Amino acid sequence: MVRILLFIFWGINSNITAKGGTTIKTINTSVITEAVKKMCMEANFNLGSDVMESFKKSYESEVSITGKEILQILIKNAEIAREEQAPMCQDTGFAVVFVELGQDVRIEGGDFYEAINEGVRQGYTEGYLRKSIVSHPLERKNTGDNTPAVIHTKIVPGDNLRLILAPKGGGSENMSTIKMLKPADGVEGVKKFIVDSVKIAGPNPCPPIVVGVGIGGTYEKAALLSKEALLRELGEKSKYPDIAKLEEELLEEINKTGIGPQGLGGKTTALAVHVEIYGAHIASLPVAINLNCHAARHKEVVL
Amino acid sequence: MTQIRLTTPLTDEMVEKLRIGQQVLLNGILYTGRDAAHKRLVDLIKQGKELPFDPKGQVIYYVGPSPARPGKVIGSCGPTTSYRMDPYAPELYALGLKASIGKGKRSPEVIKALKQYKGVYFAAIGGAAALIAKSIKSAKVIAYPDLGAEAIHELVVENFPVVVVNDTIGGDLYEEGIKIYSAK
Repeated sequence: MVRILLFIFWGINSNITAKGGTTIKTINTSVITEAVKKMCMEANFNLGSDVMESFKKSYESEVSITGKEILQILIKNAEIAREEQAPMCQDTGFAVVFVELGQDVRIEGGDFYEAINEGVRQGYTEGYLRKSIVSHPLERKNTGDNTPAVIHTKIVPGDNLRLILAPKGGGSENMSTIKMLKPADGVEGVKKFIVDSVKIAGPNPCPPIVVGVGIGGTYEKAALLSKEALLRELGEKSKYPDIAKLEEELLEEINKTGIGPQGLGGKTTALAVHVEIYGAHIASLPVAINLNCHAARHKEVVL
Repeated sequence: MTQIRLTTPLTDEMVEKLRIGQQVLLNGILYTGRDAAHKRLVDLIKQGKELPFDPKGQVIYYVGPSPARPGKVIGSCGPTTSYRMDPYAPELYALGLKASIGKGKRSPEVIKALKQYKGVYFAAIGGAAALIAKSIKSAKVIAYPDLGAEAIHELVVENFPVVVVNDTIGGDLYEEGIKIYSAK
């Protein structure tokens, strides 16, 4: 059988067949840089339709007049950002990149992580996005190009490279928290910790917020799960029926706190609660909460 | 709700009349400053040195704008979370600062300083940065250009919308909002 050399992306990507019949796709780092650059700009200029729809729905259900006004302003702000290709928020975030690298993909053309960082560098410079990263957490000198990105990599079956970019603002990130609960604390303990954390955060993370929760795993796994939870389409439910129910109950309770849009009072404190779970140690019940402001930004591309 | 128009510099009389929940349209000059600039300002105060601007009667806006596109006055320009400036704010109010603009709760020390020195704390809408930028008519860096977005800018604003969150008599709009809208 004749194997065909398939060129995609202007000939930069190619499929070749390795011994044993597995097709290996080759992706050049320049394609990765270009994709990341575009996503940095698009994520910051164009608020996702899921968030926009959620604003509109919340506008209908909000009982506070001030709350309604704020939701209206946020809708208008997103429209201006899209029209003018201006960042919806001046905090254009830490560039958090989730990579799902197919095990049948070969990267060529240089260092994979540097290719991502170069995309961030170009995107934040050419897009007039704010450079919010310091190189050393204590010396605090700005790197001037918003690098380094925070990159999480998973190896998955197949020959696709999926890149998800989620720019994360500092205000909501600062209100995130993690706690190692006791198994005896159970679901009630988990719920209390989450609702209390949202109450403590109050107006600071720019409500209406999206609440990402990670339950289970180890200390760092729970934190990562809580961030992954924020990548879901707004309001998309957990695939586990009991967790989907927990998400609903949490959303209801959080929206009873009265914090409301911008913390000025109202029923729309959170737009969604997303919970991700993982197996846990017999001794542990880790719970991590990663809050996102209403600028719940994420873009993805499959190469 | 009626909106109150104020032009900076502000006086004691102007801020003493303000009450939580009132919507205010600010006009005139605002100075920007966030974490790094505040640290430098307070270091200067401790050393008894002159500040890059006289805080008396002035308003500080807690913001680090995104860069201006060519032909634009400024990039997106919404408030940052204020509590990070709490360790520095009382010293600036003591020097006559009349207001700060940000988002989120203030510490008991700041709320006390507002009463003591007759100052207020305003909130702007966090994340409405592209819209807020429209009320900024000019911008120039007056200190610490090495800080990039964190440099101190002098902004000239027209009808810049804010709401009074903490007033000179100890009121707190965030507390009130929760009291009204929380459900059992």
